Amino acid sequence: MAETRHINAEQKAQIARQFIEAIPFSKALNMQFEVIGDGVAQISMPYSEALVGDPRTGVIHGGAVSALMDTCGGAAVMSYPDAPAGTATIDLRIDYMRAAEPGQRITARAECYHVTRSVAFVRAKAWDLDEDQPLASASGAFTIAQGKAAEVKP
Amino acid sequence: MSTSRKPPEPVHLVKHRRDKALSALVDGVPYIRFMGIGFDRRGDELTAVMNYDDKLIGNPLIPALHGGATASFLEVAAIVELSFQMLWDDIETGRLDVETLTPDALPRLPKTIDFTVDYLRSGLPRDAYARARVNRSGRRYASVHVEAWQDNRDKLFAQATGHFLMPQREG
Repeated sequence: MAETRHINAEQKAQIARQFIEAIPFSKALNMQFEVIGDGVAQISMPYSEALVGDPRTGVIHGGAVSALMDTCGGAAVMSYPDAPAGTATIDLRIDYMRAAEPGQRITARAECYHVTRSVAFVRAKAWDLDEDQPLASASGAFTIAQGKAAEVKP
Repeated sequence: MSTSRKPPEPVHLVKHRRDKALSALVDGVPYIRFMGIGFDRRGDELTAVMNYDDKLIGNPLIPALHGGATASFLEVAAIVELSFQMLWDDIETGRLDVETLTPDALPRLPKTIDFTVDYLRSGLPRDAYARARVNRSGRRYASVHVEAWQDNRDKLFAQATGHFLMPQREG
């Protein structure tokens, strides 16, 4: 039993890596998978000068944080048990609570908390230094693709 | 009542001043460059243009633009529109000296409070356009709506509404 779980974890990690590799925009932002499974995903993104939105402060542009949250939300939906491998964002709302610390890696965690036959509901948060001091939160709805044709078989 | 009217300013000077102010807003922002976003200006009307690049793809199978790329595009379009409107009077009166204008000399930019993106259809692998409308701009808060399309102006592929905290201006 334990061994099966171990294999599954490895397979999951491999799928997660392939997932990012397969998404050019996430790759361009150097996103990195940290945790994925059972409707929860955690992805981080390193600080980069190219992502700066305010040159005077060096703070990362909100759009880059949105991209991280969106990728994380989609990954959470795809990792939901029995969910198909394809999803698209229907809507996503981001609340920016504070500016990100310049120079710091940003981590996002998304949770797919309810799924119907057609829609997945997701909430997410992002932080830099301390998970308990989030810089942004998000909530959104994602599509559940009909049919299992697109399901990933490792 | 004076009958002598100030002669109209030469058109090239007017355009130069407005374009300088716009490029000070846009060119200094690394993320706008990273995303390949530019702005077309007609008078005070701005159209944001996101030039297609392979790195903007989110789903290579369809292929479709990444939702995060679309969200970034809309947010950039909203902030630049709001900032340009905020500066417009100072640009027109010449209060803003565009010749010495650098991103450092600009007033601070509005800060996003929240941003909600509505994905209407998948973004195609080609250029995208967006126009933002400031629905309300008060001393402290502003509400901006932005629409994005590709080949057909009537077929939006995404729209968004955002709220922004306006920078506190001296004077």
